[in-house]
Amino acid sequence: MIELRSLCRTYRMGSEDVHALNNVTLNIKKGEHIAVVGPSGSGKSTLLNILGCLDRPTSGSYRFSGKEVGDLGEVELSGLRQRWIGFVFQFFHLLPRLDAVGNVEVPMLFAGVEKEQRRQRSRRALEAVGLGHRLRHKPEELSGGERQRVAIARSVVMGPRLLLADEPTGNLDRHSAEEIMDLIEQMNAEGLTLIVVTHDPAIAKRAGRIIRLEDGRVIEGGVDLQPES
Amino acid sequence: MRTIDLIRFAIGALVGHRLRTILSVAGVAVGIAAVVALTALGEGARRYVTGEFEALGANILIVIPGRVETTGAMPFGGVTHDLTLDDVRAMKTRIRHALRIAPLAMGTETVRYGGLSRSLPVIGTTSEFQEVRRVTMGAGRFLPEGDMDQGGSQVVLGIKAAEELFGSGNPLGRIVRIGEWRFRVIGVMAPRGRGLGFDFDDLVIIPVRTNLAMFNKTTLFRVFVEIDGADAMRISEQELEDLMEARHRVKDVTVIAQDAVVESFSSILGAMTLALAGIASVSLAVAGIGIMNVMLVSVSERRTEIGLLRALGAGKGQILTVFLAEAVMLSGFGGLLGLGMGLAAVAVFIEIYPAFPAAPPLWAIASAIGMSLGVGAIFGVWPARDAVKLDPVQALARR
Repeated sequence: MIELRSLCRTYRMGSEDVHALNNVTLNIKKGEHIAVVGPSGSGKSTLLNILGCLDRPTSGSYRFSGKEVGDLGEVELSGLRQRWIGFVFQFFHLLPRLDAVGNVEVPMLFAGVEKEQRRQRSRRALEAVGLGHRLRHKPEELSGGERQRVAIARSVVMGPRLLLADEPTGNLDRHSAEEIMDLIEQMNAEGLTLIVVTHDPAIAKRAGRIIRLEDGRVIEGGVDLQPES
Repeated sequence: MRTIDLIRFAIGALVGHRLRTILSVAGVAVGIAAVVALTALGEGARRYVTGEFEALGANILIVIPGRVETTGAMPFGGVTHDLTLDDVRAMKTRIRHALRIAPLAMGTETVRYGGLSRSLPVIGTTSEFQEVRRVTMGAGRFLPEGDMDQGGSQVVLGIKAAEELFGSGNPLGRIVRIGEWRFRVIGVMAPRGRGLGFDFDDLVIIPVRTNLAMFNKTTLFRVFVEIDGADAMRISEQELEDLMEARHRVKDVTVIAQDAVVESFSSILGAMTLALAGIASVSLAVAGIGIMNVMLVSVSERRTEIGLLRALGAGKGQILTVFLAEAVMLSGFGGLLGLGMGLAAVAVFIEIYPAFPAAPPLWAIASAIGMSLGVGAIFGVWPARDAVKLDPVQALARR
């Protein structure tokens, strides 16, 4: 589903070029559960940006479902994120002014989904993450684990193929972290491709494959040039 | 994104950041209120002055003795002839388009009734003055028609003069003394107020001949000539000047078309209104900078929100639209509020000074609202343009 070939991402910082990603080649198959690990500044964020179509590579190729992402325009990239990619973050990033249903509705808002349908789909997504009893609660009235569940409901409400999670349990206690991982692994079991960026070895160990980054290079779990099954 | 959802989302963001919203709205509102109130005062001054002139009646030529001009010395040693009743009589026969001609003589004398006395301006004129200067009567009637040389001992009182001398009693038919002369009160004018140096409520009017005799003068203070149409103004002005030059053998009177005076006053006061609008615009610009600051803070505060919306599939254009909608609603609401505040201030002002016709000109209202929307749009969107270029994952990795 995802193919990266000799991918580089270079930033200009003053007079120097910084190679945030250096010659990365990766294959990720549909339904895989992958953990991305590595020290700070190793290029994890940049990789997530690129995989999430929020940024474009400087050179090399990124194919998503057979489409060359580098060739797509801004509007097509937004559309890709909207329909195929879900994001989950360490700090949840719910809009504090909206209740649970409202937060889950946001991606549908920008996709132009009708109000009635938004309500329904949002409710169903919240029920699926076990928050059927918290629909009208504002984020401040929810626990950390519950907030992350709302964020997960929001990330999957458009029915994406790929879920990108950036330290999804980094801000949760051990128990809530377990529950959240169980939840997204269950979605992974139903066919959703899962990429988790984490510092936590216990979380990383749960993945089917660990990709280790250092100085913008993949030093473990990367090159797997077997054709996709 | 549907328009209704866009508006609702923007309103949600505005309500969600209450303090920021209130401060921006207040900034714009004060700016707009300043524009509305200040231009209303300027416009009021213009209307007041032109109104005063127009109360004299339309198509009036005013003849004034003496030459208002900065030339060298007058010929024949600067002799100035009196402007006399004979001159007025000549005007009546020679000025073809003259509808009414009212001479005006002036003096000040003590007016007495019973034990009360009051020093008042004493105006001498004829019955035609009533039409020319649009005098309305409160009781009785104005000076009777007849030969202006005849004089007479009738007097018309201003309302205040009547009240001061007679209290609540009826002055009609009573005899008052003006200096050593005795007059019968035949009318009291309706309240009119002060205008161009005259307080019409606090003076008395007697026949012109009597006035000249009382003050032992032959010269008139003014002659008002009402012309029968605007088209004939210029030719009548020329006729008047020629006639007076022929009679006095020298150009020693000044003829003023009242419209010209009104026009020049109007344009001076119009310029003053513009200047006031300019001053008020400064406060509006300050409000604009205020909005810009608030929006800049808001954008940096909302970097994560912007990053989040991008990650959730919102395009850059959509996010800019959201910010634009917010800014326009913010400044639009501020504009309306400011308009209300400005109009309320004007209403209070009119309550205190009823004679002053303060009203904001339409162009000022329109440009104030337009400016507030423009200020909001520019200063609201410009900081957001930078924000959508930020790295979303970086922004989202922070709290």
